[in-house]
Parts: sequence; structure tokens; C-alpha cells
Amino acid sequence: MSAETVAVEPDPHVKDRAPGDEPETVGSISKGVRSYLLGLGLAVLLTAASFWTVLGHGIYRPGVPVAVLVLAIAQMGIHLIFFLHITTAPDNTNNVLALAFGTLIVSLVVFGTLWIMATMNHNMMPPSHLLQMHPP
Amino acid sequence: MSPSSVPAAVNAYHLAPARQLPASDAGPAPKRIVIGYGFWIFLLSDVILFASLFAAYAVLSNATAGGPAGHDIFELRNVAIETACLLTSSFMCGMASLAVGVRNQKWTQITLWLTGVLGLCFLLLEFHEFSGLVARGYGPSHSAFLSSFYTLVGCHGMHVTAGLLWLGTMMAQFMAKGFRPDIRYRYLCFSLFWHALDIIWVAIFSLVYLVGVST
Repeated sequence: MSAETVAVEPDPHVKDRAPGDEPETVGSISKGVRSYLLGLGLAVLLTAASFWTVLGHGIYRPGVPVAVLVLAIAQMGIHLIFFLHITTAPDNTNNVLALAFGTLIVSLVVFGTLWIMATMNHNMMPPSHLLQMHPP
Repeated sequence: MSPSSVPAAVNAYHLAPARQLPASDAGPAPKRIVIGYGFWIFLLSDVILFASLFAAYAVLSNATAGGPAGHDIFELRNVAIETACLLTSSFMCGMASLAVGVRNQKWTQITLWLTGVLGLCFLLLEFHEFSGLVARGYGPSHSAFLSSFYTLVGCHGMHVTAGLLWLGTMMAQFMAKGFRPDIRYRYLCFSLFWHALDIIWVAIFSLVYLVGVST
């Protein structure tokens, strides 16, 4: 009994995926092309939208940087899904965990720097006050 | 066919995932997985390098030292064409991945050539922008804003240059050595690198050029 069951023990790595691996496109290249075209179309739409927020006048001026940031993050997501084939499927857990850690470090570096430097700027004495500080 | 007539072994394969080996007993992953994952880790560390350059730029973008600010020197038309070049280049790289997947030498070479030409167009446009700025006296030593701008955008340009050299190597290797597994692993890494550069460019054209022009 044990001999047969061991023989068909599934390859434990059969479901692993490397980042960038094509999702099951063997024999159906049109499906792959369609997926890339969809990604390209969505990326073009989001790029056009972010240029429009700046060049058009449809958005409240002070809100433009936030709108551009949101559109940029959305477009990075599109690239990750359609071009790099990073998904949340179980076969992609390692890749997604690495990406999540990378995102954590990136946000710590960027927001940490901005926070620290803004605080230091805030605490710095204005140059006009510095000039008045001569020794008695 | 009643469920009881299904052979026990097939049953175990399809219906009982718990019978699979635990990850600790599974042994090493295939080479393709290990290489792809390792390169993915490298790319994320490269993204962290860019994050520090972005942070420096964000802090220094107002330190113009009396010189020009972003909205004085950025030309969005140029940036839009650069973006179009790099995006279609990334798309062509995806087409090349499909061609490599079906082992089609002719389409692999055509799509990789288009990838390279579009990447080169991007580089030339960027060089044109930089040389125009330097000719007007706005070189990297003009202000802290310009130093961080050239460092960030130039670092991306250096990556694209390295990617183009790698791309030429890949085309030659596909031509000379065919679709050997080791060459395909190298191509997997190259395509990841090229797509990642496009992601970084998304951040650059949004946060540097578009935000720079609007503020």
C-alpha cells in the first residue's frame, strides 16, 4: 500500500513561482499577450491621468501632489501585477513577503527622513535671531 | 463513477493536500525559483537605495540657493515622451519573455531589439535634457536641489545604461547558445530588472517632475 502512495507523492515545489514567471501561458501565447496589453493599457491610463491632474485644472491645486502620489502607487501596483507577475496566490508567498518587507524599509527611510528633517528645520533658530546673538 | 471507485493514490493527490510534504522536508527548491527569488531580493535592495535618494531629494527640493526651482526647468513634454519610451520598452520586454517561453528565436530577437531601441531613446532624451540644463549653467553644483536631482535621475539613467549592456549580452547569448536553461535564468533576471526600472521611473516622473512642476 505504502509503495503506491509514496510514488505519487506530489512534488512539493510544483506550485512555487519565481517572480516574473509567466502564469500558465504554455501553448497559449495570445493569453499572455492579452495580459501584457491589459497592463500596458491600464498603465497608460494612469500615466495620462497623473499628467492631466497637473496640466488640466480639474483638481484643487493644493491637492495635486497627493493625487499624483496615489496615481503613482496605483501604477506601480499595475506594473507589479501585469509585468512582474507578483500576485497574492499561495505560490507567491515568499515573493510577496519580500516585497512587503522592502516596502516597509522604503517607507521608514522616506517618511523617517522627512519627519526628522522637518523637525530639525522647525527647531532651528532663524538666521535673523542668530545674527543678534553676540557675546556680551 | 462513484467516489469510492477513485484509486486511493489519485484521491490522495487531488483531495488531501495535507499529505504533501511539509516545507521543512521538501528539500531545496528548483534552481529557477532560487535564482528568481534571489534576484528579487537584490531588486528590493536596489529599490531601497533609490528610496534613500528620493528621501534626499524630498528634503533638498526647496534648497534652490537662489537658482531655478523645479517648475522653472522641467519640461513635461520631454518627460511624457521619456515615459512613453520606457513603458513601451517594458511592454516589449514582456513580449520577449513570451517569445522566450515558446523558444522562438526570431521573435525573441525582434522584441529584444525593440526593447533596446526604446530604452536607448529614453536615455538619449534624458541626456538631451541634462546637457541642455548644464549648458544653461544649471549643473549639479548649482544648488542642493540640482545636486539631488541629478543624483536621483542620473542613478536611474545609469541603471538603464547597465540594463542596455545586459540586454545586448542577452541577445548575443540567445543567438549563440540558444534557449539553454542557464541563459533563460539570466533572461528571467534581466526582465525583472527592466520592469523594476520602469517602476522606479513611475516614481521619478510622478514625484520629481509632476509634483515639481505643480508646486
